[in-house]
Amino acid sequence: MSKVTLAEAPPGVEGAGFFATSLDKAIGLARANSLWPLPFATSCCGIEFMATMGSTYDLARFGAERPSFSPRQADMLLVMGTIAKKMAPVLKQVYVQMAEPRWVIAVGACASSGGIFDTYSVLQGIDEIIPVDVYVPGCPPRPEAILDGVLRLQEIVKNESLNRRNTPEYKALLEKYGIVTENG
Amino acid sequence: MDKLDNQLILSSLQEKFGQSVKPLGEPHGLLTVEVDKEAIIEVLSFVKDDETLRFNFLTDITAVHYPKQEREFCVVYHVHNMLQNVRLRLKVFLQGPEPSVASATSVWNGANWMERETYDFFGVVFEGHPDLRRILNMDELEVFPMRKEYPLEDPNRVDKKDFYFGR
Amino acid sequence: MSKPITKITSNKPVFFDNDPQEELITLNIGPTHPATHGVFQNVVQIDGERIVSGVSTIGYIHRAFEKIAEHRPFYQITPLTDRLNYCSSPINNMGWHMTVEKLLNIEIPKRVQYMRVIVMELARIADHIICNGILGVDTGAFSGFLYVMQEREFIYEIFEEICGARLTTNIGRIGGFERDFNEVAFRKIEEFTKRFPPVLKEFEELFVRNRIFIERTSGVAAVTPEEALSYSWSGPILRATGVDYDVRAVAPYCSYEEFDFEVPVGTNGDVYDRFLVRNEEMWQSLRIIEQALEKIKKEPAGVFHADVPEFYLPPKEQVYTNMEALIYHFKIVMGEWETPQSEVYHAVEGANGELGFYLIHDGGRSPYRLHFRRPSFVNYQMFAPMSSGMLISDAIINMSSLNVIAGELDA
Repeated sequence: MSKVTLAEAPPGVEGAGFFATSLDKAIGLARANSLWPLPFATSCCGIEFMATMGSTYDLARFGAERPSFSPRQADMLLVMGTIAKKMAPVLKQVYVQMAEPRWVIAVGACASSGGIFDTYSVLQGIDEIIPVDVYVPGCPPRPEAILDGVLRLQEIVKNESLNRRNTPEYKALLEKYGIVTENG
Repeated sequence: MDKLDNQLILSSLQEKFGQSVKPLGEPHGLLTVEVDKEAIIEVLSFVKDDETLRFNFLTDITAVHYPKQEREFCVVYHVHNMLQNVRLRLKVFLQGPEPSVASATSVWNGANWMERETYDFFGVVFEGHPDLRRILNMDELEVFPMRKEYPLEDPNRVDKKDFYFGR
Repeated sequence: MSKPITKITSNKPVFFDNDPQEELITLNIGPTHPATHGVFQNVVQIDGERIVSGVSTIGYIHRAFEKIAEHRPFYQITPLTDRLNYCSSPINNMGWHMTVEKLLNIEIPKRVQYMRVIVMELARIADHIICNGILGVDTGAFSGFLYVMQEREFIYEIFEEICGARLTTNIGRIGGFERDFNEVAFRKIEEFTKRFPPVLKEFEELFVRNRIFIERTSGVAAVTPEEALSYSWSGPILRATGVDYDVRAVAPYCSYEEFDFEVPVGTNGDVYDRFLVRNEEMWQSLRIIEQALEKIKKEPAGVFHADVPEFYLPPKEQVYTNMEALIYHFKIVMGEWETPQSEVYHAVEGANGELGFYLIHDGGRSPYRLHFRRPSFVNYQMFAPMSSGMLISDAIINMSSLNVIAGELDA
């Protein structure tokens, strides 16, 4: 018995020598299990992300082997730590530079809502400037919580329809944030 | 080397600067003196270079805002004599609303960012500073946020209803 | 160089608007750059690989700690101090508690002081592990980082046992600790003093005599003691220049005068010396922890806070059952306590240098003014001036050896 666990196949029609499923599901499976993270670490949560990437917790087990520091090659933006208003344009710039499909996880209380820093200089949650898919609570969240957030995102990615990024709803969402899409 | 005590520091300061230096007490053993605005750089260089005082280490520069006082702003310098572990606190009181004092960057290079931070928070202008601009806050900020009249929270917030916070 | 060097005054990101004929190139390093380990922006002008001039911009996670502190009661400021230097939160916590205790003239029992010493030294080791490990990564040696990071996880396990949190610990209260260390915690601390030395030794062997590491770090960013003092440096990087200033030794707090430890100093003040100083400090911290464990055994067991009910928050279960505790709880939480109007400056040796708390109290519920003297902020200001003339790769390892923590830098 091999110790390697394979990703479960999506539901489909199976017979002798063939397996049929929808393209959405097959692509979702591939995407979900090779999410390349872009760590946007500003403060304390970034230190916990170091632990998450380290040998004890090992985020690489879930297909996030390669932290990509270039936005162009990343699929999921992990925003960890307080985003001050001075930093907000930079974060938005990074998000805009990412290629579709892109997902965002807000790790920690500060990125989700500003946390304990309800002050004039701190952005009260990154969802004021970019759309967020998963919020991870905690100040800072434990590495297990960050892993759980990534697993939740994998569920979202698996079940996302291929068309979603072309729908008017999605474009309206981006427009709400003042982000202009590349192809329109 | 004689043991440096607060009495000795005070007497040598007053001998040199007379009425420009006034004692403000010794809270928790730390001698605090008030220095006239005009004399501060001379006093700082004196305590740094004097053979007996030797406060060679600038620990910190910050400011305090007392809106109820006539001289609203107080710039606080902490200096440290490392050899004998004696600290000295110097205070300069300034008139608002646009306080200004000479920059200590000529005495210590390290005063540079400390003064920029103080300017950023309180709007104290340090004359002669090589690069006095905001350091922590955004350049677009129009106020000096650590002054007491400005609120902690962003007044432009719309998502926070006073109703939920009982006010 | 034919053209005069233009000084960059704008702190905005400068995009590629350079004339290709011009010899100097403007490069943005940061604010999100994998090599800077935090949100620092340096706009540098480079001539080939060499930096000609640079301007640091900070404040990218400015969170207005000092303004918040003016609106919070004393015991609620502890979580703020956690987030200053989040690699060694317990030192900040203890520093803040000691500041308030100095203000209120609270006498702390010896056993509590030794417990604090243990926590602080563990935090110092955790911080130095990160700094030296990352320095290894930046010079191309990844494996050392992995070895010592495991031990840091173990330190976090100890913190979890003591207070329940890993990183932002919020350990202790004004007057002592919220609970005693349990058996498991003591056992784990003892285990740590046994299992860490071989790992640290192995880590040292990977680096100290390593030719590549020496070539990369020796002589890089050498600083003279005069320069360092003029820029108000403190901590390991000041000691690397040869100045033996350690707050623990010069102005002992928390009974450090009873401990037998040495203050390591360097000679050249370069990156290599800083590495050695930090490594030696970890050994000294281990020594201190071992002594503290011995000393605790001689003290009466079960004492974990000073007997000052008017300042020490009572345990929650007593608040619900005991009238006296309820009254004290109410008084402390509502800020109706008798406190002196005074000002106090207290400094502790943080992992990066002298961490000072300047507190002005007017007798109210929260401080009138609280200023943090943050070593990272003071130390980092020399980075841009000292980078001129340096190679980019040297400037990067210089930055990692300064160990600037963004939270502490920007407050």
